[in-house]
Amino acid sequence: MREFKMFKNMKYTAVAACALGATSGLSAGTLDDVKAAGELACGVSEGVSGFSNPNSDGVWEGLDSDVCRAVAAAVLGDGDAVRFVPLASKQKVLAVSSGQVDMTSRTTTWTMKRDSAEGVDFTAVVFYDGQGFMTSTQIGVSSAKELDGATVCLTTGTTTELNLADFARANNLSIEPVVFEGKREAVEAYASGRCDALTTDSSQLASFRAGFADPSQHVVLPEIISKEPLAPLVAHGDNQWKDIVTWVVYGLISAEELGVTQENVADMAANSGNPSVQRMLGSSGNTGGMIGLESDWMVNAITAVGNYGEIYKRNLTDTLGLERGVNAQWTDGGLLYAMPIR
Amino acid sequence: MSKQKRIASKTPFAPKIGSIVLQTIILGIVLAIAYLLFANTQQNLSAKGIKSGFDFLWEEAGLPIGDTLIEYNPSRGYGYAFLVGILNTLLVSFLAIIFATILGVLVGVSRVSNNWLLSKCAAIYVETLRNLPLLLTLFFVYTVVLAALPHPKEAIEIAQGYYLSNRGVYLPRPIAQQGFGIFLSAVAVALGVGLFFWRWSIQYKHRTGRTVSGFWGGFAIVVVISSLAYLAAGNPVSSELPIYKGFNFRGGLSLKPEFTALLVGLVIYTAAFIGENVRSGIQSVHAGQIEAANALGVPRGVVVRKVLLPQALRVTIPATTNDYASLVKNSSLAVAIGYPDMVSIGGTIIGQNGQAVEIIAMWMAIYLTINLVISFVMNIVNSRAQIAER
Repeated sequence: MREFKMFKNMKYTAVAACALGATSGLSAGTLDDVKAAGELACGVSEGVSGFSNPNSDGVWEGLDSDVCRAVAAAVLGDGDAVRFVPLASKQKVLAVSSGQVDMTSRTTTWTMKRDSAEGVDFTAVVFYDGQGFMTSTQIGVSSAKELDGATVCLTTGTTTELNLADFARANNLSIEPVVFEGKREAVEAYASGRCDALTTDSSQLASFRAGFADPSQHVVLPEIISKEPLAPLVAHGDNQWKDIVTWVVYGLISAEELGVTQENVADMAANSGNPSVQRMLGSSGNTGGMIGLESDWMVNAITAVGNYGEIYKRNLTDTLGLERGVNAQWTDGGLLYAMPIR
Repeated sequence: MSKQKRIASKTPFAPKIGSIVLQTIILGIVLAIAYLLFANTQQNLSAKGIKSGFDFLWEEAGLPIGDTLIEYNPSRGYGYAFLVGILNTLLVSFLAIIFATILGVLVGVSRVSNNWLLSKCAAIYVETLRNLPLLLTLFFVYTVVLAALPHPKEAIEIAQGYYLSNRGVYLPRPIAQQGFGIFLSAVAVALGVGLFFWRWSIQYKHRTGRTVSGFWGGFAIVVVISSLAYLAAGNPVSSELPIYKGFNFRGGLSLKPEFTALLVGLVIYTAAFIGENVRSGIQSVHAGQIEAANALGVPRGVVVRKVLLPQALRVTIPATTNDYASLVKNSSLAVAIGYPDMVSIGGTIIGQNGQAVEIIAMWMAIYLTINLVISFVMNIVNSRAQIAER
């Protein structure tokens, strides 16, 4: 689905690329711009719970919002110096390539086409998403491979239907699809018992599940049948800025690996004997200086939002009940593998 | 006819050289714009690297379809998948036209009925249904269908092999056994004899003036011969019963809730319009004719069949042709409630390969063809219903 929306941007991309070519000589670089403005313009969604969604007080919450805060804290020393810019799906790439925002952190799938041909660069994956299934606990299924003969509700899109058909064929399952135009209709049909299962990106399943009257009646199955790596993106060509966003994300992931939390970060910075922790938190060497930031860049970022594990738990596990799954550290059998900070 | 021709040649606007030149120029401009649009589209598509042409119809579709009339699996081509959609569109349109006509006639007749309650009920029905957007009606019907019926585990069993659940209506699937061919030929013969008897009865009446009940006689012939043949062939048809297994019923025939909801929605919506056509047809017949027939002591049924209907049809048919065309086009709302019609499947194909121009052209061609066929058939019916001028 995401790829199809991206496709519509093609004609804007050319315009944006021209505009970019004309201004890049004048621009002093995003880092200087952000420092001059005193705030980070960060593109987020119009409201996807768990990722970026304003709460009842108008404060943006979610994993993507917290990535924005971490970058602002690392760059400006203040995690609240973020101007959140809600972007429609079709704007999310253009807003970055045209310079409307300094970065976008908005459930955007890292694809070759976007990375190469649309004037943006992806930084580091913050969430490995993929198409999954949700079923009612009453039918007693623990794996999507047990769905032989089941009816599955889904929405029409580029890959959702294709992935389902491929999965069914690969596992020799007979699955009856009921395809809806709108998400709401699909979810309602599932809720009313028309379908045994609902399929879409698993993070969205968790979000829908949280919206049901009794979420404990529904379970998201462990199988993920497509790859949707979600990563923040920056404009193509500003390597320093790309490095900053990339390494802040790696820093958040490393912090979890090294046991640095929002609570103990000050203590760790002062007292930790672990050289990796010392380098990351700036108590030895100057990793911040390598990317044009102060030496306490990660102390600020972790103080603002916590490490990756804390961010994930706060936004996805506690509110949506989403387990870590493939988004666990590589040491726990997950895919998160931050490059070493040294 | 010849009179009209003479009038035409005398009109002051008879084509002259100047106007012919003007018309040629305008036609040329229209054609040039059409060509420009076509060439421009082609150029833009190739500039964006979007393929054009219909080669994709043979590429593997890979998309799943839930409700198909013909055998389908995702390894079939896009063209075949689209055909599945066309057949679904045709099936739902065909059935909806038949049922909407029946219901529409009932509603129209009820509206002009002398029974106060009946006519008010019909009026409320018409005013409600035709003033609500069809999409809303479809959502409503679909929600009601799903909410009213139980999970297949607790399916309502009407008779053995007949189940009603929120996964649809499940029926036994008839399977031809040995002797089915013999049985089928016997039925064909019975139909032939029955029809012959019916025609004979009409001729007999013309010749002698005496009435033989031709229709019912013929019907009886068909039923008797067919049943005898069925027994003689020794149960030529067996049935595969749907059996609940795992998540749902397996085997048997099924009517999916999406199909049922779409059919019901289209029928009740269109019937409101057809009902109004029927009412206007009936009211267009001069009351004096009915009174005259009544005064002559013609039975009530005959008055309706021989005096009222033939004249009412002249007004009703042309308007109803429009409603049939609307019904076919309205069936494209299927995608909203998850029925895999031509638009739903075509939309998925566009999502997968981006060849929107071709798919939209195919949609237009199919809808145009269906509606031209309906127009053609209805025009024949219409010309028969009109007064045969001598």
